[in-house]
Amino acid sequence: MERKAIIQVGHLRKAYGPVVAVNDVSFQVHEGEIFGMVGPNGAGKTTTVECIEGLRQPDSGRIQVLALDPQRDAYALRPRIGVQLQQSVLQDRLKVWEALKLFASFYPRVVDWRPLLEQLGLADKRDAPFAKLSGGQKQRLFIALSLINDPELVFLDELTTGLDPQARRAMWDLVRDIRQRGKTVFLITHFMEEAERLCDRVAIMDHGEIIALDTPENLIRSLAAENRVVFNVEGAFDPQRLSGLPEVTHVEQIGERVIAYGRGDRLVASVVNGLATSGVRYHDLRTEQPTLEDVFLALTGREMRE
Amino acid sequence: MRGLWKLTWTEIKLFLREPVSTFFTLIFAPMLLLLFGSIYGNEPSPFFNGKGTIDISVPAYTALIIGTSGMLSLTINMSVYRERGILRRLQATPLRPQAILAAQVIVLFLMTILGMALLIIVGKAVYGLRFEGNPFSVLLAFVLSCLSFFSLGFVLAGLLPNARTAQVVAMALFYPMMFLSGAGLPLELLPTTIRKFSNFLPLTHVVTLLRGLWAGESWSKHLTEVGVLAAILVVGVIVSAKTFRWE
Repeated sequence: MERKAIIQVGHLRKAYGPVVAVNDVSFQVHEGEIFGMVGPNGAGKTTTVECIEGLRQPDSGRIQVLALDPQRDAYALRPRIGVQLQQSVLQDRLKVWEALKLFASFYPRVVDWRPLLEQLGLADKRDAPFAKLSGGQKQRLFIALSLINDPELVFLDELTTGLDPQARRAMWDLVRDIRQRGKTVFLITHFMEEAERLCDRVAIMDHGEIIALDTPENLIRSLAAENRVVFNVEGAFDPQRLSGLPEVTHVEQIGERVIAYGRGDRLVASVVNGLATSGVRYHDLRTEQPTLEDVFLALTGREMRE
Repeated sequence: MRGLWKLTWTEIKLFLREPVSTFFTLIFAPMLLLLFGSIYGNEPSPFFNGKGTIDISVPAYTALIIGTSGMLSLTINMSVYRERGILRRLQATPLRPQAILAAQVIVLFLMTILGMALLIIVGKAVYGLRFEGNPFSVLLAFVLSCLSFFSLGFVLAGLLPNARTAQVVAMALFYPMMFLSGAGLPLELLPTTIRKFSNFLPLTHVVTLLRGLWAGESWSKHLTEVGVLAAILVVGVIVSAKTFRWE
């Protein structure tokens, strides 16, 4: 598991006047992983990443990216990273192919932009002006621009904000593709589900600090949260029939909706068996596992809001 | 360097695709020239010191285009680019910040020259425009005036908080100046009380300098104008270096 650290951040701090945006943040990003930074808006994610990209000067702390200092070696670093900025737009009348050729001219070494358009599903939008692209197409163009210099490391900031669920899923596939090509991906998002589905490791940020960092599975396991079996009953139901089962810790009933809490892989089988033997009629049975959402809730006592 | 030229070329195309900027930089002044030329012709008149309406209008409208480029186009472009994150996106590439700004200046400079060229062509072809000055002197004054007004545009873009305000303030400053500086209407038509006020407008100095050199007057007669424009340039560069924001 010992992998090469491609980004090293130590005790990073950045304040805007009296507001401390990032407070004593330290972490590493390994080569070849999809690293996620999640947290609510204003948690300090973008500031952290802009310090790493060299776009912002930290107040204190050490940053090394690809063994370079993003401030001092900015112009050695920039050709080697790809950047998609949060809430960025291009000129309305700039055509897709013009944007790609323009950005290609800024880098000493580039890939051919035509296959890139093909891969990102923009080939038929080649001559379209930026203003005429849909939200998903704009984001795909920004991904294409961030890949034009064949970077070793790609930063994607709020890639799927404002996209419908279908476009969001398509974007996730693209991010996995980027990693398949051997690039390291640094993803910023305020969608917990996105981080859980995509990332190898996730740093959860809140109020300028990293409050947890691990794989999504470990984060969820560390909660020691219980799985839930949820179903609706018809007619009378005695919760005692389930709460006596060894796998079940407790049972809640709200009207005809019943939630059985418990642990272990046998929870569902045990609940279903229990219901069958006692002859309870039920419908809409489903299981719910804890998610990163629950991790955030447990760590901060607050819901993550979109 | 390749990035700078590519950005400049792209910006030229974008400029020409934008009807508002194209109209005010390239079409509006020749249109005024045709309008007033058709009313007054270009006969020498004692009112204009022996010059015709067209002879004095071409340098004055050149000043008008310089003002449009510097105070409107540059101010509004820069604040829109900043607000939309275009400057920031460019900054994240290996392109140097100086190149990003230089591309804007080069594009507007070329468009302003093109505007002046169109004016001269129309004036010459339709009304037999007369020129008694030294072309190099006029060109030098043109460059000084452009730089001076472009620096003013950078100051405004730096001081004004967002694109909307920039648009409103730039227009509110520019349109009265256009009429009171002699750029839109000959200074000779303005009452003396207003002409005293005109002397405080930067664009008046561009008009006076260009008209003077166009008519063959010497630089020594226009040290005030040169001094004022050079001072605006120096102060503008210093102030915009302090106030210019990328985001």
